[in-house]
Amino acid sequence: MSDRVSSRATSPVSGVAPPRTAVVLGMIGFALLVLPLIGLTLRTPWGRVGQLITDPVVLQALRLSLGSSLVALAVSVVLGVPLALVFARYDFPGKPFVRALAVLPMVLPPVVGGVGLLAAFGRRGLVGRPLAEATGITLPFTSAAVVIAATFVAMPFLIVTVEAGLRMVDPRLEDAAATLGADRWTILRRVVLPALWPSLAAGMALCWARALGEFGATITFAGNLPGTTQTMPLAVYLELERNPEAAYLISFILLAVSVAVLVTLRDRFLRTS
Amino acid sequence: MKPDGRARLVGLALVVAVAACAAPTADDDGDTTGDVSGELIVFATASLTDAFDQMRDAFVSAHDSVEVVVNNAGSQTLASQILEGAQADVFASADTVQMDAVGDADELAGEPVVFAENRLAIAVEPGNPLGIGGLADLADPQLVVVLAAEEVPAGRYARQVLDAVGVEVAPASLEQSVRAALSKVELGEADAAIVFASDLVASAGRADDVPIPSEQNVVARYPIAVLTHAPNPAAAEAFVAFVRSDAGQRILADAGFAAP
Repeated sequence: MSDRVSSRATSPVSGVAPPRTAVVLGMIGFALLVLPLIGLTLRTPWGRVGQLITDPVVLQALRLSLGSSLVALAVSVVLGVPLALVFARYDFPGKPFVRALAVLPMVLPPVVGGVGLLAAFGRRGLVGRPLAEATGITLPFTSAAVVIAATFVAMPFLIVTVEAGLRMVDPRLEDAAATLGADRWTILRRVVLPALWPSLAAGMALCWARALGEFGATITFAGNLPGTTQTMPLAVYLELERNPEAAYLISFILLAVSVAVLVTLRDRFLRTS
Repeated sequence: MKPDGRARLVGLALVVAVAACAAPTADDDGDTTGDVSGELIVFATASLTDAFDQMRDAFVSAHDSVEVVVNNAGSQTLASQILEGAQADVFASADTVQMDAVGDADELAGEPVVFAENRLAIAVEPGNPLGIGGLADLADPQLVVVLAAEEVPAGRYARQVLDAVGVEVAPASLEQSVRAALSKVELGEADAAIVFASDLVASAGRADDVPIPSEQNVVARYPIAVLTHAPNPAAAEAFVAFVRSDAGQRILADAGFAAP
């Protein structure tokens, strides 16, 4: 690259311009990331969207995915925010290990999570067997199993985001509130949560997107039945072999949702400088 | 013409030349005249998983310069992979529907031949604790029954037999391959699944077999064919010949399949 070139596109924002090879490799990397999205958009049967969207398989998957991912999000908030509070505000022996266990599903292959969920909550599972014997309730193959699988893979995203947010809340505000006589609940509600809101919103968006996209743990633990456990990702996988157009449409809907989530989080991920 | 290790590295032209020189013919023991080499990719339906593992080992011991890779999944998954351009030499399907789907797209090098037959059976937990006696018992709404999805051959056959005897089943899950359905019974999560009789031979005691009488049953015919874009057509032909030979048929019989 000529050092006389000084147009905006070719001069680095800061530091020294990277070698040209790095720029080319970077472009190839970008193409790898973006081409599938273009391919998907091109294959989406736009002319038949109206007809496909009312296909029972598509509608059922949409409804189930929306419902189960929102319930998983609610469960993640109710259980994950308190866990993040414990991690952010307490020190206890073995905390790094405990914390690592809690966020492990973020890096665990989801299908392994599904096998684990069967071992824990299946009819022959650690908790599932006594549960079935005591109440007759079995979880696999139910919509509840879909929610559990989605919560298992998605809640850690909420926990890490909220925990990081809690560390940013100025402890002096909490001290001041305590000095003024506020109890723990009031401090949490009136001081911590308002300051935490941006992180909580970001964590919820990530958590919901992950729950919506969950596949491996769901098909392993919850099975696949339209209307009960066949979420959008499962429908994509199975319809691709029977009704590819429906699969492309559902894929495009999931892509659009992902873009929307990313736009919501633009302050976190899309800052240019 | 006997290619050495280096010949594997030479391009497509040589592979084609080898194919021309080494058109194999099978005799009764599955030996082929002319030698084949290189990598051979076999797409075999899920119910052939164990049988084709043995088939691969037996074939490789007869042709030690061939490396065989077997890809197992539901026939419908394999068919759509082939239609999307997956590199494969041989396709073995559990029904003619998926084989025809591949044939209709001009992806078959020759006519498919039926090399094995199978029947359906009910997989139940070891010892059959719920005393499931036949298809009619599967209508019990208390039972957790798992079927293969409709586009999976085993799932389609299962619906055929259930419809024929007029039994309504409310499945708990529609699995993406017959082996996925079987595994739900093996794991104890499902009470029953309709699978192939051969799957229960492979299951080796992790699930028990409740036979479906032949007047209620269907015969599943398994076709095999070499693919149009097979990278290694010579080895593909040799493999198909081996599957159809006495040696290959013995492996299939031991795995619970019937001869066509």
